[in-house]
Amino acid sequence: MGSVGLYRDEGVVLRTQKLGEADRIVTLLTRETGRIRAVAKGVRRTSSKFGGRLEPFMHVDLQLHTGRSLDIVTQAETITPFAAVLGGDYARYTAGTAMLEAVERLTDAEREPAVQHYLLLVGALRSLAAAEHDPGLILDAFLVRSLAVAGYAPSFDACTGCGLAGPHGAFAVAAGGSVCPDCRPVGSAAPAPATLALLGALLTGDWASADASEDRARREGHGLVAAYLNWHLERGLRSLRLVERV
Amino acid sequence: MYEGVVQDLIDELGRLPGVGPKSAQRIAFHLLAADPVDVRRLVVALEQVKEKVRFCRICGNVAEEEECRVCRDPRRELSVICVVEEPKDVVAIERTREFRGRYHVLGGAISPIEGVGPDDLRIRELLARLADGTVTELILATDPNLEGEATATYLARLVKPMGLRVTRLASGLPVGGDLEYADEVTLGRAFEGRRLLDV
Repeated sequence: MGSVGLYRDEGVVLRTQKLGEADRIVTLLTRETGRIRAVAKGVRRTSSKFGGRLEPFMHVDLQLHTGRSLDIVTQAETITPFAAVLGGDYARYTAGTAMLEAVERLTDAEREPAVQHYLLLVGALRSLAAAEHDPGLILDAFLVRSLAVAGYAPSFDACTGCGLAGPHGAFAVAAGGSVCPDCRPVGSAAPAPATLALLGALLTGDWASADASEDRARREGHGLVAAYLNWHLERGLRSLRLVERV
Repeated sequence: MYEGVVQDLIDELGRLPGVGPKSAQRIAFHLLAADPVDVRRLVVALEQVKEKVRFCRICGNVAEEEECRVCRDPRRELSVICVVEEPKDVVAIERTREFRGRYHVLGGAISPIEGVGPDDLRIRELLARLADGTVTELILATDPNLEGEATATYLARLVKPMGLRVTRLASGLPVGGDLEYADEVTLGRAFEGRRLLDV
């Protein structure tokens, strides 16, 4: 980025914080620039030209002005108004919020391009807004794939210790996933085979078998994903405990 | 850096929202030069606000007694409750002079990313107020942003089995604006909530 100051990008709003009287700091994941924080001036006034375009979940085309520490949003046009749909359905709202928080934490630094994370997020939000699958499954699929993109791909099949082909009966969060009886550390979880099959399906995008999974596998799978995510993030996601399971 | 007390005052003022170091310094020197009577009045006001003000035991609004002014007023309708996020919103709605019912202040909105869930708001108190059947309409007046919408959705679903009328404040075009500048979400809402012109 030169000293020109103005640049265009498209992005998804991850979070907003109040700033001063009527402004907000908007955290966005953009296609080209990665995660950025920018000031939206006057956005809290009812007369603001931004209106509802800079709410969390909104997928927008932006013009920004490079600032010293924070950029300034000068224009915003809606690409997809995900917020309009997700705000009206509590289960999908909580699942979506957990996605936003996860992606904010998994993209290491500001201004590091993260195209894969971006595409994954837009895809997941689109699926969530269209109610293609159960919100909890979309969330878990998003989480395991985001972890994979961030370099923490869990294994749900081959042993992470010796590479022995699976499936194995034990899952060790600290070891990175499935472990064979020989490599199994003390305190490993022993999930049902159906749970590991479900998680594998979510990671690879095999929605036919994921949609056919049973509630018990979904619940156990979510527990494993949450434990795995928390282990890699060191500090857990706040929104995960408020996700509503249907 | 100034001497002791002056610097202390500047530091304290600087902790207030929207007051930077320069403004804090300006206010401090204004107070230093002001009439002692004026300063005394400010001191008394500050002390009293912490001593006297509490939260209404019925609606959660700021009050000087057990109950707030609205809840004590016998002329207010008991059958309608308007749910808002903050005491500031009560004042905003009171200014319209349109609403004659009572309020319920939640103390915020559901925002999982900030760690605020339904249990952190005054939702249990709201359900207790609805239990005896006096209330027939619940107006959801949470902020028209994502968290406010989600909170309204959550509440609507929660009280639906109680069989009362649940309404949400209309969203749409601001009075005095231009249509072309309205964002898609707002304009879409305005279309959804359009009304019959009965002339």
